[in-house]
Amino acid sequence: MPACPVCEADVPVSADALVHELVDCGDCATELEIASLSPPVLREAPVEEEDWGE
Amino acid sequence: MSERVPRARIAMLHGIVRREEKLLIEAFGRSPEIELVLLEERAMVFAPAAGYGFDAVLSRSVSFSRGLYARRIFEARGVPCFNSARVAETCGDKLLTSLALENASVPQPEFRVAFDETAALESMEAMGFPVVLKPVVGSWGRLVARADDRDAAESLLEHRAALPSYMHHVYYLQRYVDKGGYDVRAFVVGERVVAAIRRWSANWRTNTHRGGRAEALAVGDDLSSVCLSAARAVGGGMLAIDLFETRDGYLVNEVNDTMEFRNSIEPTGVDIPGAMVEHVLSQVTEGAGACGRLAS
Repeated sequence: MPACPVCEADVPVSADALVHELVDCGDCATELEIASLSPPVLREAPVEEEDWGE
Repeated sequence: MSERVPRARIAMLHGIVRREEKLLIEAFGRSPEIELVLLEERAMVFAPAAGYGFDAVLSRSVSFSRGLYARRIFEARGVPCFNSARVAETCGDKLLTSLALENASVPQPEFRVAFDETAALESMEAMGFPVVLKPVVGSWGRLVARADDRDAAESLLEHRAALPSYMHHVYYLQRYVDKGGYDVRAFVVGERVVAAIRRWSANWRTNTHRGGRAEALAVGDDLSSVCLSAARAVGGGMLAIDLFETRDGYLVNEVNDTMEFRNSIEPTGVDIPGAMVEHVLSQVTEGAGACGRLAS
């Protein structure tokens, strides 16, 4: 199970997860991005930018 | 038994993968006629002479600028994009959207644009308070503010003028519409309104991204007509139309290019990503090529 890069808690990643999908750390609530699946690695999700949206 | 050979190789441009992108990937996976290629925008470098081995691009970038410029590059190489760069450009700019709607006589709230604080303030007074001040580029209700009186307007304009980006010094002003706690979002795919919801919120900004509650809305002839007119006005394709329902009929508030639909599938029971995938495939296999244009 990959670790949260912020608080180092284990973060479960579902079997159907995709690279670049967002997950939340259950311990510190940081929004994380799945950087890779094999091996499973998490990084902090990019911060919302001014031009993000629909 | 022979396996079906995909008829189209479709690329999906994306950054972070949200619920919408995941649902679209699943929908693509259900179509044996499509081979899906995932293009992660942050890993890409666009070289002038590059060729691309796919038939079309579905842009799902959460970034307006990345999605727009990537589409311009693909289209310059003859790869059709859904929606087109022109549609993205129009929908991504509130003034361009308003001008397109106005040119097509699509009903919308009264709007004005000023480039100077004093001119903006005078314009707001002339419109009558409350007035909504919006950035011309931006989404999810960011920096959208309602000025209830002159004092509030002066403060808002002063703050806006202090922001560094020149885009914040283009003052897009819209007459406030008292919408009774909800607005309407309708999903246009090609030449159909496939679903619509009412979005309820205690906040005057009824945006499900801000926690609004969605409920299904039956698509009547009047809603369908104004939505298809709005879609045609901006160039057509797959679009989320935000509207106010007033005593005088619907007013189109915004037209969204990279539509978000996660909160609308459950209440409406409509497979919106499935309809989008079908639309892309039909456009590619019918050779429409020019990026999801609607017949006008």
